[in-house]
Amino acid sequence: MVGMTRIDKNPSGNRRGIAVEVRGLVKQFGGSQGTRALDGVDLDVREGTVLGVLGPNGAGKTTLVRILSTLLRPDAGSARVAGYDVLRQPRQLRRTIGLTGQYASVDEKLSGRENLYMIGRLLDLPRSDARRRADELLERFSLTDAAKKPAMQYSGGMRRRLDLAASMIGRPSVLYLDEPTTGLDPRTRNEVWDEVQRLVGEGATVLLTTQYMEEAEQLADELTVFDRGRVIASGRVDELKAKVGGRTLRVVPTDPATVTAMARTLAETGLDGVSGATAVPDEGALYVPILSDEQLTAVIGLLGERGFSIAHIGTHLPSLDEVFLAITGEKTTGTTGAAETEGVAA
Amino acid sequence: MTATSTNGTGATAGAATDVTTGAAHAAGAEGGTAVDRGVPPQGSAPPGGPGARAGAEGRIGLRAHLRHIGALARRNALQIKQDPESMFDVLLMPIVFTVLFVYVFGGSVGASLGGDRHDYLNYVVPGLMAMMGMNIAMAVGTGMNDDFRKGVMDRFRTMPIARSSVLIAKIVVEVGRMIVATAILLGMGFALGMTVQTSVFGLLAAVGLSLLFGAALMWIFILLGLTMKTAQAVQGVAMIVLMPLQFGSSIFAPTKTMPGWLQAFTDYNPLSNLADAARGLVNGGPVAHSAWMTLAWAAGITLVMAPLAVRKFRDKT
Repeated sequence: MVGMTRIDKNPSGNRRGIAVEVRGLVKQFGGSQGTRALDGVDLDVREGTVLGVLGPNGAGKTTLVRILSTLLRPDAGSARVAGYDVLRQPRQLRRTIGLTGQYASVDEKLSGRENLYMIGRLLDLPRSDARRRADELLERFSLTDAAKKPAMQYSGGMRRRLDLAASMIGRPSVLYLDEPTTGLDPRTRNEVWDEVQRLVGEGATVLLTTQYMEEAEQLADELTVFDRGRVIASGRVDELKAKVGGRTLRVVPTDPATVTAMARTLAETGLDGVSGATAVPDEGALYVPILSDEQLTAVIGLLGERGFSIAHIGTHLPSLDEVFLAITGEKTTGTTGAAETEGVAA
Repeated sequence: MTATSTNGTGATAGAATDVTTGAAHAAGAEGGTAVDRGVPPQGSAPPGGPGARAGAEGRIGLRAHLRHIGALARRNALQIKQDPESMFDVLLMPIVFTVLFVYVFGGSVGASLGGDRHDYLNYVVPGLMAMMGMNIAMAVGTGMNDDFRKGVMDRFRTMPIARSSVLIAKIVVEVGRMIVATAILLGMGFALGMTVQTSVFGLLAAVGLSLLFGAALMWIFILLGLTMKTAQAVQGVAMIVLMPLQFGSSIFAPTKTMPGWLQAFTDYNPLSNLADAARGLVNGGPVAHSAWMTLAWAAGITLVMAPLAVRKFRDKT
């Protein structure tokens, strides 16, 4: 909501409806012989949407975020955020953004409340408003009980939440989340995801970098895939998913001997778009590539109808490796997450 | 076509995750808006508050600047509260130095001054004020280097505040620490029998001059702290600079017995000027030349180093 009005009012604004506009961005480290962290990147983030920037370590994701938050100056190209140029209008730009990095950017020696109060004061809130806003956000991010403890005593997830809260104090219209869940356990990761979804529901524009396909799927409307400083694919999440093959459904029947019969049933019935169901008798499991929720429902429904007793089902997304394989035909160079899905034959 | 049991577990966890987030998301979407609607819109967030006007031209006014410095100085002060051990240097340094210098050198240097240990006390304590400023300034360098490694600096640098406010706030708090150290030093001096031969104003002027010069020195060490890679390196370089400046001065002993080349150095050493000025202000005697020299040094150092330090802070990656 904030983003919309600001951009409309802005005289030098971006193209209508585009909150972040990046053109031909280049950043080189270590002189002319150094590495190109960004090598001519173009991207747009539409207002009120989440753009996921997916890529392995060293792909240039963090460099992009640091340029867009005025921490780094690009060597070439242009970038505008909420209508403000990163090079020419950094001060105005800083009023519209919030940044939550891989490393919690809060003061560890200060309590959660003091951290938020300080940020509020730095954003020119009067003392009483800064105090109120701090308490409000502590409550919203379930940190009220720990409000008086120094941040160094917080768990990883609490720190990340405090960091998010700190980014929210000024009600930024554009929020950068640089690998917001890297290093978090699944439960904490879900908490962070919930918060991000809530923020988006309130109209924030988000640029999210991640190494996890699953995270991109959960949060992003559109995806841009980075590799070695270049954009190698971009589009809506479902478009890219179709390209890389969507999810894989794994079904474990109560009686392991029935997996082959299940695969045969699916093949014979010929559900719309469902093909390639594979039985793995050794494991007593059936693998089915799935492109939509409807297909998932149809497959489970059919198996139920035909009297198969199912002990366990699960789906998983392709790993970053598999995404890269599908897009470029080569494996990623960096280390990737989502390793748990490797080796699954679909 | 192999799928190990680990893979199976992974997939299971993934599915469970899907379900929970889905549900939580649905709940969160509703709850979220409800909560935020409860927020009064006049909460002076940048879009509507005074910040919006500043945002239009992007400049930061003086009052806002002072407010930012205040908020950041509060941060530095709270850090001290959280970590009281960081005050040990300020609390103990004046006591240890006074006792050491007065009882080790007091007798012999005092005699050469034409008096005794008591005369040396009045000689060395004003000089120690100068030394204290330098030692605390050095700690600023290592502290800055440490601080910069933390993520919170990135946050400050992405906020609509003047970059200098982070540095100035640090100096404000460090000057506060210097005041504490000077108070303890003077308390120690008086306890051992130091006397003020001019007036309390002379004493205050001496303290003020020391603080001013100490604050100027901090810019050098901030720049050093931002330039060097590690805090240890900062400390190493600072020590090498510090020792000749402190001992090659009139802080601890009169310079008249020193060889000519060293006297030439001490004459231009700003710490000598400061020590002489402070001594003159406390004990009486000529002040003008050394005081002006000290002020000129302080102004010169600040004018050159402060912009360099701010620039380094802005561009550091």
